[in-house]
Amino acid sequence: MSFWNFWTDPIGVADAWLRGLFAGWGMPEFWVSLLVSLIGIVVLVVFALVLDIMLVWVERKVVARFQGRLGPNRVGPFGLFQPFPDIVKLIIKEDITPAGADKVVFNMAPVISAMSVIILWAIFPLAARVYGTDLNVGVLYLIAAGAFGTLSVIMAGWSSNNKYALLGAFRSVATMISFEIPLVVTLLIPVVITGSMSLKAISEAQINSVPFFLVAPLAFLIFLISAIAELGRSPFDLNEGESEIVSGFHIEYSGMKFGWFYAGELLHSYTVGGLMGILFFGGWGWFGLEKVLPWLDTPFFGAISVLGKALIGYWIIMWIKYTVPRIRIDHMLAFNWKFLTPLSFALLMVMAVVHSLLKEQALWIYVPAMFLSNILVGWVTLEILRNNARQQRDAVKTPEPVAQH
Amino acid sequence: MQNPWIYIGLFLVIGIVVPVAPLIIAAVIAPKKPNPIKQSTYECGMETVGDSWVQFKAQYYVFALAFLIFDVETVFLFPWALSLNILPFFVVVEGIIFILILLAGLVYLWRKGMLEWV
Repeated sequence: MSFWNFWTDPIGVADAWLRGLFAGWGMPEFWVSLLVSLIGIVVLVVFALVLDIMLVWVERKVVARFQGRLGPNRVGPFGLFQPFPDIVKLIIKEDITPAGADKVVFNMAPVISAMSVIILWAIFPLAARVYGTDLNVGVLYLIAAGAFGTLSVIMAGWSSNNKYALLGAFRSVATMISFEIPLVVTLLIPVVITGSMSLKAISEAQINSVPFFLVAPLAFLIFLISAIAELGRSPFDLNEGESEIVSGFHIEYSGMKFGWFYAGELLHSYTVGGLMGILFFGGWGWFGLEKVLPWLDTPFFGAISVLGKALIGYWIIMWIKYTVPRIRIDHMLAFNWKFLTPLSFALLMVMAVVHSLLKEQALWIYVPAMFLSNILVGWVTLEILRNNARQQRDAVKTPEPVAQH
Repeated sequence: MQNPWIYIGLFLVIGIVVPVAPLIIAAVIAPKKPNPIKQSTYECGMETVGDSWVQFKAQYYVFALAFLIFDVETVFLFPWALSLNILPFFVVVEGIIFILILLAGLVYLWRKGMLEWV
């Protein structure tokens, strides 16, 4: 165990050391692995939450830059310590529960909201040997954890005993469940290509061949759009509306309970950015650079790659949030049910056919064929839309004669 | 860890304990001075007229039903997608027929005007 070994693989070294230590105390094998897992989970969750705290600063600083402001700049260098007094303030705030609220459900909702995001990190592969656990049904687990988020929204909205909260929750849930379908279908496409639902296997398949955004660019685009809708972020932020339902489902929450909804949303955005990195941008790989520079192929730099890709994904989500105006609920649902859902199913069918016809072929035939089939599906869709719009314009161009009474 | 589900179970427990901990701290150290005005529904705005648990648009049910159909469909599609690499091409055709039958349901909803938000 050299010095360099520790810095390139700190988790592996710590894991081996702890296992040796506990085994030296005479613990049975099962309890050793249970205890090491427990320590690992606590470290991972604390890491995610520290990241979450820093995301508050990132989010506020970035939105300030988008709007031509300075953002937090008083507490610490560049306002970097601003989130810490914010947390203290949230904790010492009086917690108000409205009189008619269903107290049990009301208190459970923020916990479930935060939990639904934190448990995503259980299967988050940070590097070849640094991951919580390698579930062979990882993609299904992601969908299941996402369902908890939807549940917490409807719980918060229903239990608040507030019409604004209830209406906000309905809109939010309508968005979330609608866009879950294209999301799930595009999650199927890496599964089709890899033949495995484990996130680790999907990452490894990309490192050994090419990142999947080259194989399935349209799938990545649909995933991005529906993930943003799933997050409830602008342009799909119908759960909030200052002039109609105020702040939606979490309107009656104060103090740390509100804080969990807010922190959960930020961490969820970052985690979705990371999932984009894992599912479509090669996980902990460095796009083939690690074959030239072998020191990039260590757990430390692998984790940096995943977290950096997550940050870029998060930045794209923020970029869209702060520049695109929000859309109306009927437009949003029509966009999903009449455009994204049929498109994602069509893409899945085309990808399945092309994949099973060409899976035996060499990479230089397989990848361009998959790429072109994506482009073709996208082009045909745009052509259908253009045709449709032309027909609508033509219908308006020749107005019907006014009826004679 | 031999069984990943033990790990997931531990993670779920920690995932609940960690959000609950600050709430307990807040419950201990935060001031508690409730009064009827403060606890009224939507304290700083207009008073609620009638019951808060109101009837809502039936349209939400339609979308929820459509979601349910497609979500169950995708659960069936996961094993299909997994086994594409080992099963013959005929299975792909079967899967596509399955998807097309369910897309017929979407077309039916569309033609019935159920996807319009009125």
